[in-house]
Amino acid sequence: MRIALFITCVNDLAYPGTGIAVTRILRRLGHTVEFPTAQTCCGQMHANTGYRAEAMPMVRNYVDVFDSYDAIVAPSGSCTAMIRDQYPHLHAPAASVAARTYELSELLVDVLGVTDVGAEFPETVTYHPTCHGLRMLRLGDRPLTLLRNVRGIQLVELGDAEECCGFGGTFALKNPDVSTAMLTDKCARVRDTGARVLAAADNSCLAHIGGGLDRNRSGVRAMHYAEILAETGATS
Amino acid sequence: MTARDEILARLRTALADNPPPVQVPRRYRRVDDRADLIGTLVDRLEDYRAVVHHGIDALPRLLSEVDRLAVPTDVPAEWLAGYAGQLHRDAPPLSPAALDALDAVLTGCAVAVADTGTIILDAGPAQGRRALTLVPDRHICVVRTDQVVGLLPEALTRLDPRAPQTWISGPSATSDIELNRVEGVHGPRRLEVVLIGLGT
Amino acid sequence: MNPPATPATGSGRIRTPLPFPTAAKPAVADTQLRANLHRATRTIRAKRARVVDEVPDWEALRDAGSAIKADVQRRLPELLEQFEASATAAGATVHWARDAAEACRIVVALTQAAGADEVVKVKSMATQEIELNEALEAAGIAAYETDLAELIVQLGEDTPSHILVPAIHYNRGQIREIFQRRMADAPTDLSDEPAALAEAARAHLRRRFLSARVAVSGANFAVADSGTLVVVESEGNGRMCLTLPETLISVVGVEKLLPTFTDLEVFLQLLPRSSTGERMNPYTSMWTGVTPDDGPQTVHIVLVDNGRSAVLADPVGRPALSCIRCSACLNVCPVYERAGGHAYGSVYPGPIGAILSPQLTGVADNASLPYASTLCGACYDVCPVKINIPEILVHLRQQAPHPAAERATMRVLSWVMRSPRRWAAALRLARAGAGPLGAYRQRRTGARTLRRLPWPASAWTRSRDLPLPAPQTFRDWWGKQ
Ligand code: SF4
Repeated sequence: MRIALFITCVNDLAYPGTGIAVTRILRRLGHTVEFPTAQTCCGQMHANTGYRAEAMPMVRNYVDVFDSYDAIVAPSGSCTAMIRDQYPHLHAPAASVAARTYELSELLVDVLGVTDVGAEFPETVTYHPTCHGLRMLRLGDRPLTLLRNVRGIQLVELGDAEECCGFGGTFALKNPDVSTAMLTDKCARVRDTGARVLAAADNSCLAHIGGGLDRNRSGVRAMHYAEILAETGATS
Repeated sequence: MTARDEILARLRTALADNPPPVQVPRRYRRVDDRADLIGTLVDRLEDYRAVVHHGIDALPRLLSEVDRLAVPTDVPAEWLAGYAGQLHRDAPPLSPAALDALDAVLTGCAVAVADTGTIILDAGPAQGRRALTLVPDRHICVVRTDQVVGLLPEALTRLDPRAPQTWISGPSATSDIELNRVEGVHGPRRLEVVLIGLGT
Repeated sequence: MNPPATPATGSGRIRTPLPFPTAAKPAVADTQLRANLHRATRTIRAKRARVVDEVPDWEALRDAGSAIKADVQRRLPELLEQFEASATAAGATVHWARDAAEACRIVVALTQAAGADEVVKVKSMATQEIELNEALEAAGIAAYETDLAELIVQLGEDTPSHILVPAIHYNRGQIREIFQRRMADAPTDLSDEPAALAEAARAHLRRRFLSARVAVSGANFAVADSGTLVVVESEGNGRMCLTLPETLISVVGVEKLLPTFTDLEVFLQLLPRSSTGERMNPYTSMWTGVTPDDGPQTVHIVLVDNGRSAVLADPVGRPALSCIRCSACLNVCPVYERAGGHAYGSVYPGPIGAILSPQLTGVADNASLPYASTLCGACYDVCPVKINIPEILVHLRQQAPHPAAERATMRVLSWVMRSPRRWAAALRLARAGAGPLGAYRQRRTGARTLRRLPWPASAWTRSRDLPLPAPQTFRDWWGKQ
């Protein structure tokens, strides 16, 4: 099976560690991952902010770059949701590649049939199910199943977990007061757990919540769950 | 152009894209398969804080607390057996003010829905006009077990849309204060249901 | 002026006077309001979840509800004609109103013809939308709201902030205060117990109900094949208004139709569980024209367009007309919970308001509303008629007028990101710029984030740190392997 990594624009720029983690996990499981360097961005920010026409070149580029792969994995619930939910409506030829695009936990659990990736991470962790993963992709408890099988991890339940953190892409900039109010509540729930690590499937939401946690000097570290799954305890 | 014709023309223009016909999927339950419908009905009614009594024999005791009772003109005589208070038949029709001075009203119903604890009045036998069951503060409603159905779709098949209907699920209530339900606003504040078997 | 057959936008209380972010600002800062909304919406969410979870065929009911409404939209003109014919045959008089002003004129004229100078009102979104109370008052007719929450709002000289519970923004203490200040016959020792407040409202309105000659209502459903109108309520104020007065005037949006009486078997299961979180609401009234010697003997129905034809004209936005005003989407919306209903300007707040109001007025007139959402999708999950609100929001954003600076930025970004070569170069540039900056900051403070940035990035850094671009991008790492 030819697996390609769609890193997503935000991760490429600011969270390379997440891409490195995905690569390591898959290699550890015996799979080859390819990274087609002509990839750019899925176009979600443009499409969801009202610039669909400006998003279209990115949509077409995605099809060109990834159409030849059996599976494309993206470490982002919301980019995966953009591709799977919106692409078929935006650009009919994208339907097939969209159907072969998976969020990391979908690839692991559904396609590769793995729920234990052999990770070890001795920390208390709480998990925030990000909205697009939760309600558009219906990831369900796939990410949590993977995390539960990490050795040494102590998972603590997040209160009001399914409530949006207030990021919402350009929402955070266009509606800063409401966004901040939502963020404040989310940060409070995270701190209530006493966990030292907040995990999620989207680095954009994590940048928002983590940024809020950092601002309050909460000492909680925001981490993409892939980076936890990549940990083996051995120094790498 | 009249407003009617103009609105209809606008709507026709709005549908210029010719949307395809819609097939309505009706995969929902239309018949209840629960064994104990009466038990369910009682549970639901009590959940709304309606008071449920069993058997026609409960009526005389209930009515003995009522000084002034309103009844529809065709109330079955056996429901009133031994009633010693003031009886006000709705003929000629009682005025709203007159109804407001009475303590309770006694009626039957058309259908009762177990799943939702709903009693439906359709101005049919032993039910009278709508105002009758609205103004008095206490409604005593006799439900025959053969009038109980499981689900809403079963109830609708027994109803005629041309009859004015009042669906009652518990005493009047409001959730307008902090979205918490409290019983007792403008409609009857007490709803009492007397369940009677067939032929009693 | 539109030529007659062109779908037209509406008027009335459906426009945001201020952009949503501006209007939301004071609400977010009002801790009392936040606490009231938090408490109320959490209560109702839990109740809804409980009674929905016990229905094994809930999804099948949603599918049916959604399809029935799609069918109504497709056949709206013919169903309206059918409804008019059935209602007329049953003794009702049907009127048609192109917009809010025309609807108000009709109701005023009918009230005057009945010789009344006051009306009792059943809570109705349509009459709030067309600003009927103001029109009646201008004509010297007093309108008395009889729903408890509407009464609170009317006495408080406020406007509704929720579809189902217009006074959701008040807590019990504030309601008691309004009653004591504005309700002449309120008991002097009125407590803030909800039961006592309800009792005060009962006593206050009793005489008015018993003597009212004209009532004004809306309708939850209008059944085409029978001509029946349906009102779903809790308190009995609806029954009072629909039963005791001689004349009943019902203002009904054209989208409220259902094809058949049997279709109520779907909607009367979906609506109560979604709205008040009850298996069934205390009272549902149905009437078909006039019933001799039972209830109002003069029955009028005013069918209102007021922008609905414009909503219907957009095939993507059309499902907004399926809304049964249950308010479940408001109650789960994290944005509504923080901003409150007034921030949406229109009588339709929350997620449904964010799509419906701009569609009724044209997006340009309510341009901030499609952006008043994080697209989290909680609304779509609970909507009993499966309106894909996030999809319609995104659709409306395409039509919204965009600020020039934003447009320019988006175009540049698109130009960069559409080209693998330019995107790779941009990443190199960002890393080159950020690397030294990050190294400097890390050396000075040990942090890998930025805390304060100038506008427009200040919208971000006011409440969150901003991560710096990493010292190496992912593709750098990949390339080095
Ligand atoms: S959009 Fe759906 S959830 Fe919201 S009020 Fe309308 S019917 Fe209810």
